[in-house]
This record gives sequence, C-alpha cells and structure tokens, in this order.
Amino acid sequence: MKKDFGEFNIITRKESGFDRRLIEEISFNKEEPSWMRELRLRSLEIFLRKSNPNFGVDLSALDMDEIVPYLKPNAKKSASWDEVPDEIKDTFEKLGIPEAERKVLSGVGAQYDSEVVYQNIKSKLKELGVIFLDMESAVKEYPDLVKKYFMRLVPPSDHKFAALHGAVWSGGSFVYVPEGVEVPMPLQAYFMMASPGIGQFEHTLIILEKGAKLHFIEGCSAPKYSASNLHSGMVEIYVGEGATMRYSTIQNWSKNTYNLNTKRAVIGKDGTMVWVSGSIGSSKTMLYPASILREKGARAEHMNITYAGKDQHLDTGSKVIHLAPYTSSKVDARSISSDGGWSFYRGLLRVSPEAHHVKSTVECSALMMDDRSASDTLPIIEVMNNDSDVGHEARVGRIREEQIYYLMSRGLSEDDAKSMIVRGFMAPIIKQLPLEYAIEFNKLVNMNFKSSVG
Amino acid sequence: MRLLKIIDLHARVGEKEVIKGLNLEIDYGEVHAIMGPNGAGKTTLANLIMGNPNYKITSGEILFEGKNIINLSVDERAKLGIFQSFQYPEEIPGVTVRNFLKVAYDALHPNEKISVFDFGDKLLKIAKSLKIDPVFLDRYLNVGFSGGERKKLEILQLNVLKPKLAILDEADSGLDIDALKIVSKGINAVLNENTSVLVITHYNRILEYVKPQFVHVFVNGRIVKTGGPMIAEELEARGYDSFAV
Repeated sequence: MKKDFGEFNIITRKESGFDRRLIEEISFNKEEPSWMRELRLRSLEIFLRKSNPNFGVDLSALDMDEIVPYLKPNAKKSASWDEVPDEIKDTFEKLGIPEAERKVLSGVGAQYDSEVVYQNIKSKLKELGVIFLDMESAVKEYPDLVKKYFMRLVPPSDHKFAALHGAVWSGGSFVYVPEGVEVPMPLQAYFMMASPGIGQFEHTLIILEKGAKLHFIEGCSAPKYSASNLHSGMVEIYVGEGATMRYSTIQNWSKNTYNLNTKRAVIGKDGTMVWVSGSIGSSKTMLYPASILREKGARAEHMNITYAGKDQHLDTGSKVIHLAPYTSSKVDARSISSDGGWSFYRGLLRVSPEAHHVKSTVECSALMMDDRSASDTLPIIEVMNNDSDVGHEARVGRIREEQIYYLMSRGLSEDDAKSMIVRGFMAPIIKQLPLEYAIEFNKLVNMNFKSSVG
Repeated sequence: MRLLKIIDLHARVGEKEVIKGLNLEIDYGEVHAIMGPNGAGKTTLANLIMGNPNYKITSGEILFEGKNIINLSVDERAKLGIFQSFQYPEEIPGVTVRNFLKVAYDALHPNEKISVFDFGDKLLKIAKSLKIDPVFLDRYLNVGFSGGERKKLEILQLNVLKPKLAILDEADSGLDIDALKIVSKGINAVLNENTSVLVITHYNRILEYVKPQFVHVFVNGRIVKTGGPMIAEELEARGYDSFAV
C-alpha cells in the first residue's frame, strides 16, 4: 500500500459519520456564501432525520460512514492505479481509452487534457452569452442566479438522498443559456471535472431561457471507478417558454457502486425536454428522471435503456407530471436483464385535473436473456380528467430460441446471434445517443454479454 | 465425394420418432425435390440437416462433403455452406436487413473483406433482380413484412450468401404467380456446378419453374420413392396415399 494511503486509513477509522462540523468544514474550504452553508446544514438535518426509501433497491449494505473520508477537503480522494480492479482496466483496454483518460476515469490521475478542446468552445459560448462553469465557481460568480434555482426543483426534503446531496454536493456543471440562443454544439459534463474524485455528489444546474436550445451530455461510457461506493448526483433543469433541452446520459459506474441519482426538469409553455439515458454500470441504481410539464403546450420525451447483468439490480424509470392543458409526453423504456441481473422499470405518469387535452404514451419493454435473470415493470398511471388521451403498453419477453436459430443458420455464432437481437432491441433508444456514445454503449453491452455467456 | 449423404437417419422431436431410417444423396449442382403430405416430417429433415437443437438424432449419419456434421453447431454448418430458407422466417426488430446480411456475409466469408459500400451495391443489384423495393433493405428484418415479402427476402439472402447447399422449405407457399416466378428465378440464379438445391414442397407448382433432376416422395418419416420429374406429376394425379406404407 502506498504511503499517502496510510493517512487515508487513519481518517477512516477516526471518523464517526456526518456531523455539522464536517459540513461546515466542506463549506468553509469551498469559500461558500452563507446561504449555501445554511442549505448544506439544513440538508444535513433532513438527511439525519429521514429514513431510506421504502421501495427500490436494497440499501442495507450501504455504509454511510465509509464515504465520510471522501468528503474531507484534504483527504486523498484518489486511489492508486494498482487498486483499480482488473475488470475496469480490461474494459479500458477493450474500449481503446487513452492512458491519460483512463487514470482520470478511474479516479487516480490528474484531470485529463480537455482544456484545449474546452478553450475553443469557451470563446464561442462567451460570444453567445452562454454561461458554462463548474458548479463551485458558479456559486461564487453568479450567486443570485444560482441561489434562485439551486435545489428549488429538488428540495432537500424530497428524499433522504436528495438531503444527503444537499449537504455534501461537490462539483458538477452550471449552464445558463440566454433567451433565443441555440448552443451549436453539445456541451459535455466532463469538461467540468475539476479534480479527480469529484463526481460522487455532483450537481448539474441548467437554465434555458425563452426559445433557447441545448444538448447536454453527461457521463462517459468508460467505467468510472471510485473506492467510495456511493454516487448521489443531482440534475435540475429549467426549460423556458419554447426552449428545447436534450439531456443524454451514459451511466457506467463500476460494479461496486450504489448509484442513487435524482434528475428533474420543469418545462414552460411550448418547451421541450428530452431525456435519453443508458444505464449499464453500478451494483444498484435508482434513477427516475422526471419532467414536470408546468405550462400549456409543454412536451417531454423519455428514452431509457437499462442493461442489468451479473449481480446488478437496476431500478430505473421515469416520472412525468402533467400540470397544464395541451401538454404531451412520450416514454419509451427498455430493459435487458442477463446473467442473474435484475431490472425494474418504475414509472409514474400523472395527469392533473386541470391538465385537459393531454396526450401521452408510455411504452415499457423488458427482455430477459435467461431464467436466472429477472425483470419487473411497474408503470403507475393516474389520470385525473376525462379529456386526455393516454396510451400504455408493457411487454416482458424472453429472447426466442427460434430467433437465435434463424440467425445462426446464416452463420452467426450463438453469442453473436443473441447480441444482435439485444442490440436490435435497444436500437431505437441507442440511435438517440450521440454516435460515439451509441457505438461504445453497444460495445459495452457486447462485452458484458460475452463475459456472461462465455 | 457427394455434397450431402444421409445414411439411415433416425430422429426424434421430444419422445416422438419423426424420421425413421432416411437415406438421401445429393451431388454438386443438382436440384432435388422432396415432396410429401403435411406432417410427414419434411421440415424436420431440413432442421436436422441445418442442426436445429430441438431435434435429436438417435442414429444415422449426415455427411457433408464427406464429413459427418451431426455434432456441429448450426453456425458451423452454415459456414460449411449449408443454408435453410424458412417457411415462416423470424422477425428481428431493430436489426436492418442490410446490417444483418453484412454481418452474416462477413461470418460466412471470413477471408473476403468487402466494404460496406461495395456490399451495398451488391445487395441493391440482387434486390432489383428479385423486384424487391430497396427500401426493404433498411427495414428491420422481416418486421411487418408480408408472407410474400418474407419469401422473397429469403431468396435474396440465398443469393447474397451463396451456399453450397440450399434447403428451401416451402419457398413457394402463399405466393401469387408473379411472385412465384420471381422467387423461382432467384433460386435458379444460384444454381451452378457448386451449388445444389433441395426444394421441400407440398405441391409441384414450384417444380414447373425450378426443375429438379430428382424427386423424392417423403411419407411418414422416410423416403418411399425416388425418381425423375415424372414422379411429381404422378403424385399430383394419384395423391400421397398411394405411396403410404
């Protein structure tokens, strides 16, 4: 074990858990204004009071005290390359990720050189009046703007892990797009990876003014490894009148991670919110991106793909709340479970009494690769008026022997046949991802898949 | 050495014996027809040659180019040059005809590097010859295809993949006369000194267009009579009952 790890171990043993002192220290070290410090402390209170969610994944093995050392401002957050599991290194190898990037992704290296790419984008954004900053800097440089929106959409009282997030959040991105501005290139979250280790509790806040347009890409298809096993990030998005927001995510946390994420958008008049999510990593995930259609004509689209392999329980879904008339939504959620994995679709569609003439379709389909794997769908639909058009379809199926035979009769091996069927099943969602992510996601599924069948 | 030689084959589906001592020899470049009533086990025979794992061979041998293939997997047999066209081809959602065939082609021709572009040209040419609208090439495999379209697509695959032995199971069922002519033309297009065809059919309609040198009457799990094209006419006139044993 490395020398600086000795220090790290001592901290682990000494710490007894969360307390005000720790939170104040975090806030102090970040040189935050007092309102943020208070928000953190208020969140801590709520966190300590609230119990774990009574649905979703089993959290009994999650040890909160374990993550405390990672919150210490001066703690060594990064592990050494030797400690990164072989499985992760192997994946980097297969995906062809450059050496420098591997170290950042696994949390052991310095920030990799995105600075050059980012510099060019920066000046372009400045011209357009777009603000794109890491969240910590935004708190200091745009206090009024941040204060107005930060954790207003997902308050700390929302649930235990929202409260935890409020107390300990660190890193993330802030984007502000002024009225009428269309951001000409997708913005990627990794531009804002300020230092290694950050990204466990990152906060992303995006504000689109009237008529603005943005595509934001979160995450990375390479596995992110961290010795701390809890990821509890938050995304808050405000879509103004007639604005269009697209948020794409690939989640590939290492297989020791609890991924408990909260993502929510509120959409104004004639605005559009599109969520595209691919989840393949983590040991346990709870993630239900939410769209609140607050004003007339607002639209939301949710496209999820979840792949649960060996020892994984991925509880994913979507929440759509129609609060205004003539709002529309479309949910297409697909999941695959293989090699003993468990995928659970949990969805809520709510149409309020005043939201007449709503149009909504919810489609969820699950593909089970074998008898050891499990799949559940729980779509909850509440329609409180009689003037809405709501459609729903749920399918749970198995990969059919006849399909495999058909493809094998054309020369494909059994693995290749299965993987082709799986890729076909995912295709309508994967197509929505940026091309390089789509290719990598397919590669990841193939890899997972091949390791499970052969 | 024969292309295919089946020796005293017995096979079961579940507990039921469906092939009861079958012998068959096919040489390079030949067209054979197997005719028989519904339920006689014709499709089973096709599945056995291709290696469908749901069918159990209890005894006998299947030799392909002199090699016993009964322990080979389905894809290994495809790689040797065996092709089965299906009466009801499966739907594969999300996988376009084009992508599927490129993957299949590469699997069957590992030493030939064909670019996506050249492959596209090749596909287009074959599609046109079979009067298949090119838009079908970018649709999902068999999804939403009519019976006739699926049949034509099977023949398109045959022409792209160019096997040594094509087993065509009820390739003509459900086709109108125009489609039948097109499908037959597609079958005849692959026939040469390296490619043989085994036509499995209930009726002799297709045999007017795809001319077999050998017709086998298949009843109750066995070939009960083998002869020239005249047999097909005889069957038409007398029915299968006269061959029942």
